[in-house]
Amino acid sequence: MIADLPPGLILILGALAIPFIPAGLRRYYMLALPALGLLQLLLLPTGMQGQIEMFGHTLTFVRVDGLAKAFGIIFLLAAFISVIYGWHEEEALQHVAALVYAGAAIGAVFVGDLISLFIFWELTAIASVFLIWARRTERAYWAGMRYLVVQIGSGVILLAGVVLHYRATGSIAFEHLGVVSLGTTLIFIAFGIKCAFPLLHNWLQDSYPEATVFGTVVLSVFTTKLAVYALARGYAGTEMLIWIGALMSAFPIFYAVIENDLRRVLAYSLNNQLGFMVVGIGIGTELAINGTVAHAFTHILYKALLFMSMGAVLYRVGTIKGSELGGLYKSMPMTAGFCIVGAASISAFPLFSGFVSKSLILTAAAGEGHWLVWLVLLFASAGVFHHSGIKIPFFAFFARDSGKRCEEAPTSMLIAMGITAALCIGIGVWPTGLYRILPFPVDFVPYTTAHVITQLQLLMFSALAFSVLLRTGLYPPELRSTNLDSDWLYRRLFPALLRFIGDMVAQIHYRSLLRAQVRLHRFIATVYRHHGPQGALARTWPTGSTVLWVAVLLCATLFFYYL
Amino acid sequence: MDENGKKYWLDKPGSVTLVYRAVWVVCALLAVAEFFYAQHPVFEFESFPVFYGLFGFIVCVGLVLGAKELRKILKRAEDYYDR
Repeated sequence: MIADLPPGLILILGALAIPFIPAGLRRYYMLALPALGLLQLLLLPTGMQGQIEMFGHTLTFVRVDGLAKAFGIIFLLAAFISVIYGWHEEEALQHVAALVYAGAAIGAVFVGDLISLFIFWELTAIASVFLIWARRTERAYWAGMRYLVVQIGSGVILLAGVVLHYRATGSIAFEHLGVVSLGTTLIFIAFGIKCAFPLLHNWLQDSYPEATVFGTVVLSVFTTKLAVYALARGYAGTEMLIWIGALMSAFPIFYAVIENDLRRVLAYSLNNQLGFMVVGIGIGTELAINGTVAHAFTHILYKALLFMSMGAVLYRVGTIKGSELGGLYKSMPMTAGFCIVGAASISAFPLFSGFVSKSLILTAAAGEGHWLVWLVLLFASAGVFHHSGIKIPFFAFFARDSGKRCEEAPTSMLIAMGITAALCIGIGVWPTGLYRILPFPVDFVPYTTAHVITQLQLLMFSALAFSVLLRTGLYPPELRSTNLDSDWLYRRLFPALLRFIGDMVAQIHYRSLLRAQVRLHRFIATVYRHHGPQGALARTWPTGSTVLWVAVLLCATLFFYYL
Repeated sequence: MDENGKKYWLDKPGSVTLVYRAVWVVCALLAVAEFFYAQHPVFEFESFPVFYGLFGFIVCVGLVLGAKELRKILKRAEDYYDR
C-alpha cells in the first residue's frame, strides 16, 4: 500500500490542510510532513510501483532507484530544515506554497514516465511563484510574473517534446533519452531552462532575490536541482553538456563579483555550482554521475545555509545590499559563524562538504582527459571562493563598520542554520555516509595529502589575491547598481522591438488608410459630377424634348414595321 | 569599541594588518609544503612548481579586474528597470 503512494503526495496533500489547522499546532504539523515523507521513502522497495492506466498510457508514479532516492532524501531533508527556518512566518500561504512545491519536486523525482513528469514539473512552477509574490512589492510581483512565464514555458516545451517523442517512438518512459530527435531536443531545452543554462539562466537571478526571506531559501533548493536530476536521468553522457556546464560554472562569477544585492550574488553562485553538476552529467561515467549527485546533495545544504544567513540579515537589518552592510559580526555573531561554515563548504575547504563532492567531478573530468574543462572548473573553484566564500561574509559581517546594530537572528533561524551547518561539517568530516547513498558504488578517497595541499593552495592564494586587491584599492567597491544580464533582452530589447514593430504597423495602417480615403473621396467626386444635382445624368429635361423623343421613337417603329 | 562597551579584537589598530600578513605566511607555508610529499599529477602542467597556488592567484586577479572592466559596460542605475 505505502509503496503505491507517490512520494511527495504526503507533502502536497498535507500542505493543503495547513490553513485549517490551529496556529499553535500548525508548525509541528508541518514539521511532521517531511519527517513522514522521509519515513515513507526509507520503506519504499526498489523498482516500479504505483502504476495507473490512463488514456491508454501507463503512468508510473513510483520508480525507486539509487538516483531517485538520493534526490528524494536531500529534498525531504531540505524541506524539513526550511520548515524550521520559516518558524517565524505567520502567513499560511507561504507554508502551503513551500510544501506543495517541495512535494511536487519530490514527486517529479520518483515518476517513471514523461507525462507524470510534466504534471509535477508544472506544479513546481505554479506553487513556487507564490513564494515570490508573498513579498508583496511591485518588484516582486513583476519578477514573479516573469518567473512564471519562463517556468510555464519550460513546461509547455517539455510537453511538446514529449508528444513528438511519443509519436516517434511510441514510448513515454522517462529513461535515458539523449539528444537524438526533435522531441528529445525539446525536452532537453525544457530541462535546460529550469537548469539555468547560459542565456536561459536569468530567470534565476531575476526572481530568487525578490522572494521573501523564507521563500528564497526554499526556492534555492528545488527547481534547479530537479532539472539536474532530470538531465542526469535523461541525458547522461551527452557531450554538449560538458561545455554548457563549463560555461555555466565560469561566466556567472564575473557577475557575482560586481553584484551588490548579496542574495543575488548567491543566485549567481548557485548558477556556477550548477555548472559543476552539468559537467558531471556530460561526462556521464559512474564516477561523474556520483559526483553530480553528491554535489547536488552538499550544494543544497550549503547554498540553503548561505541563503538562510543572508535572509536573517535581511530580516533583521531590512536590506541585503553590500554597499549598506558591514560590521554585522558584532550584532549577529552566530549568524556570521554559520555563514562562514556555508562559505567554507561552497569553497570546498577540506573538512567541509563541498570538498568531498566537488572533487569527484574534477577527478572525473581529469580522468577523461578534459584538460580545458578541468582548468575552467579549477578557475570556477577559485572564483567561487572569491565571491561566495569571501565576498558574502566579508561585506555582510566585516568590511567597514556600517554602524548598523540589530538583534541576533531569531532562535528558529539559528536552529535551522545550526542543523545545516552541522550537516555541512559532518559530510565533510565523514564523507562515507554521503557516498553510501550515491547511485553507484564509490571507490574514491578525498583525503589524500596531495589533494588537501593542492586545494588549500588554490584557496589560500585566492584569498591572498582578494587581500592584495583590497589593500591596494584595486578591488571594485560595492555600488548601488543594476548590472545588465540576459534578462535585458526580454525586459528592454524585446519590448523596444515590439514597440518599434507596433509603431511601424500603426504607421503603415495610418498611411494606407489615408490613401484609401483620398481614393474614396475622388470616387465620390466623380459620381457626384455625373449624378449630382449638376450632373449630366441627373439633369431634368423639359416636357417638349420628351414629346420630341416619343415622336422619334414612333417614327422609328413605323419605319421598321413597313420594312 | 561598541556602544555597549564591548571591545572587538578586529577593531584594534594593526589587527587587520596582522590578518593580512598571516595570509601571506600561510601561502608561503603551503608553497613550501609541496616539496614534502609525492605528487600524482594527471596533467603535465600540474607539476609546475606551486601550480595550484599561482593558478588561483592569477585567475582571481584576472576575475576581479575583468569584472571591473565589465562593470563599465553593464552597470546601470539601481532603478534602471523600474523607470
